[in-house]
Order: sequence, then structure tokens, then C-alpha cells
Amino acid sequence: MSRAPFALWRWERLWNDKAVIFNGFVTTLLVSLLALALAMAIGIIFGMLGTSEKKPLRAVNRVYVEFFQNIPLLVQVFFIYNAFPLLGFRWPVFTIGVVGVGIYHGAYVAEVIRAGIRSIPKGQGDAARSQGFGYIQTMAYVILPQTIKIILPPLTNQAVNLIKNTSVLATLSGLDLMYRADSWASQGTLSYGPAYVAAGALYFLICFPLATWARRYERRIKEREHLQLSEAAAEEMMLMAEEML
Amino acid sequence: MTVTKALQDIFTPANTRYLMIGLLYTLIVAIVTVGVSTVFGTVLALLRNYERRVLGRAASVYIEIFRNTPLLLWIMICLFVMKTGTTFFRGTLGLTLYTSSVVAEIVRGGLNSIDKGQFEAASSQGFGKISTFIFIILPQCFIRIVPSLMSQIVTTIKDTSFLSGYAIAEMFYRSKVLISKLPSQGATITGAHTLVTYGSVALIYFCVNFLLSCVVRYMVKRHHA
Repeated sequence: MSRAPFALWRWERLWNDKAVIFNGFVTTLLVSLLALALAMAIGIIFGMLGTSEKKPLRAVNRVYVEFFQNIPLLVQVFFIYNAFPLLGFRWPVFTIGVVGVGIYHGAYVAEVIRAGIRSIPKGQGDAARSQGFGYIQTMAYVILPQTIKIILPPLTNQAVNLIKNTSVLATLSGLDLMYRADSWASQGTLSYGPAYVAAGALYFLICFPLATWARRYERRIKEREHLQLSEAAAEEMMLMAEEML
Repeated sequence: MTVTKALQDIFTPANTRYLMIGLLYTLIVAIVTVGVSTVFGTVLALLRNYERRVLGRAASVYIEIFRNTPLLLWIMICLFVMKTGTTFFRGTLGLTLYTSSVVAEIVRGGLNSIDKGQFEAASSQGFGKISTFIFIILPQCFIRIVPSLMSQIVTTIKDTSFLSGYAIAEMFYRSKVLISKLPSQGATITGAHTLVTYGSVALIYFCVNFLLSCVVRYMVKRHHA
């Protein structure tokens, strides 16, 4: 048998064991979805805190965001893995992955949502409040729905980063795609080449369409806004012309 | 107090020095990675933006592949599929290949923000294509992207921790080694030792990165003022 790293027989072995890689892929997808849900929940709460008029609430947002953004995800996950059992929490690695990745990206999502809320004119909130909406209702029915258009591209990019970052689970034997590919190779025929290509292709399969969609959507919004801007400018010139008459 | 005991056991002069050298390695790896990635990323960005044939396409494919797959994959590929070089070199290479794709998109953002008139003005003054980029376009582009490149250093400092799983002696790896070495130094390991070690390393990362991100924010603010 050829010892070349990408020899044909290695690919055949991989094809025979494709269920192993597929299992890892499913785990990666599940962790990603659950972590994304957690990151969104955290992001909405801390993003809203970040736009609060009360200074202590804004401070809570800052502390959360700076804390989780400035410490490596791997260190955070290791901390949960090694230190939490000492504090009485014994979680399976799957849960550690969801929670670790979720709270880490929650900080990034919070920044996206904070920027989104701040981009909505203040009058929108005032108008809603004057109609008797409470704070939560104003956010849920008036402000947040309007931010979706602006925050969707950066949010999608965050989702892509989140999916890639679920690979930290591999360092804790987390049974995710990266771990399955690596252990299939290291415990078997050392066919690292095909295993990594397969894993990379599967990550690419989810991330590339998301990233491409986000880029196109963002470009479309920008073009449309340019158009609206020039329409507004044309209207203003018309008004000026009328005044001059 | 168990925590005080743990602090005393962990932060002996020798151990502190060991950890600090790890921090130095972390910083060196991050800075070298971002430096090399800036050169390579600029080439990729120029090709993707202004070269419509084979090389431009190849640059696009490179950027998209690396940006849509995990960093850990590229570190593992360099470590286990490549055969030449030390572990340290191969690990850093994986990090650099990945970071280059990110930096390429940052540089492209800078290039796209430059007014088209700059190209026309340069060519009206007799600048050729290459000298236009070197003397007119890239200097303006780099001034604009300095904050983004510094944020990338923060990201890369965090990313270096991925090298810790493969016996590359940056700070996080050294902290793991430190815990395993404590019994041989005469300390009885308690839960507090684990908590304190990982907690301290997290704190060091935090201080370095927070300081850097404050500098970035100050630069952006000064630029807009």
C-alpha cells in the first residue's frame, strides 16, 4: 500500500467509515444551533442593557462584553471543564460546548444588537412610549424589529464564527466534527489528509453559503440606501427651487 | 486559606518567570503572525480586487476557503500532514495561513474605501500601475486600517491558545504544564490550585487584550474627532 498522505486506499477507508464523520457533523450542527440560540438570548438582553439610559445597566453590558471578548474562548472552555466540577457542576462536554461557545459569542452578538438599536432614530422609542408602550413592549414591537435589516449581515458573520469556534470541543474530546476526523485518523491508519479535507469541506458547506449571503445582502442594502439618499437630495433641491420662485 | 496557599505554591519566582516567558512567546507569535499575514494578506487583497484572471480567482478561492473553515483545522493540517519544520514553526504557519485570509479582507475594506479619483490623479501624473499602489494607494489604505489590524492582534493573541494542545510553549500551554509540575515542587494540589492557575492566566490574557482594545478605541475616537 502506498504511504502517500492522500493515497487512494485512504479515501476508500474514509468512505467506509463515513458514518463516524457524519456523526461528528451532526454534533457540530447541534452544538452550533443551541449555542447560537443561547448567544442570541444573551446578546438581546445585554445589547438592550448597553443602550439603557441608566448608567449602572450600561456598565453591566460593558463588563460582560469586555470580559468575554478579551479572554480566549479555549481558556474559558477549559475553565468550565476543569474548574466547574470543583464548584459542584458536572456537565457533559456537549453542554460545556454549548454554554462556553454561547456565552462567548453572546458578547459579540450583544455588540451587534447594541449598534442596531442605536441606529434606530430616538423618536421611534419616544413615539412608542407616548402611545403607552412599556420599555419591553417598545423594544419587542417597535425597536428590535426595525433593527433586523441592519443587524442581519453582522449577525450572520457571527454565526459563521460561532460554527467555526465549536471546534474547540475537539480539544476536550467533544465528539464534534473536528474531533471525529482527527481521532479517526490518529487511532486508525493515520490518514490525516483525507480526514481533514472531509472535515474542512463539511465546515465550508455550512459557512460559505451563510457568509456569501451576508455579503450580498449587505451590499444590496447599501446600494438601496444610496438610492434613497439621492432621492432625498433630489427632493431637497426641488424644495429649494420652489422657495426661490 | 486554600486560595492563599495556592497562590503561594503557584507564584514562586521560578514559576512566575516560566509563565511570563510563555506570555512573551504568545505575544511574539501573535505579532509575527499578524506581521506576515499583513504582507501575504495585502498581496491576496490586491489580487482579488484588481486582477481578474487566474491569480485573482486563486486569491478569492484562498480567502473563501480559509475564512469558512476553523482555525484548528489549519493548525492540525500543518502539524500532522506537513512533514518539514519544527512543531513551533508548523503551528505558527497554520495560524498565519488562516489569519492571512482575515487580514486580506481587512485590507480589501481599506482599498475599497479609497476614492477612485486617487487612481486617476496618479495616472495623470505619470505613475505606473505598480508605483500608484506603492506610493499613493497602499499608504492611504494602511493608515485607515491600522485600528483593524490592531484588533486583529487581539484576536490572534486569543487564537494562539489553540497552539497549546500541541506542546507549543505559549502561555496557556505553560499554565497546563505548571499545574502538572506542582506536585513535584512539594505542593498538594487542591481544587483551588486549578482555579487559581486558570483564573490567573485568564486575567493576564484579559489585561493584555483589554489594554490593546482600549488603545484601538482611543485611536478610532481621535480619528473621528
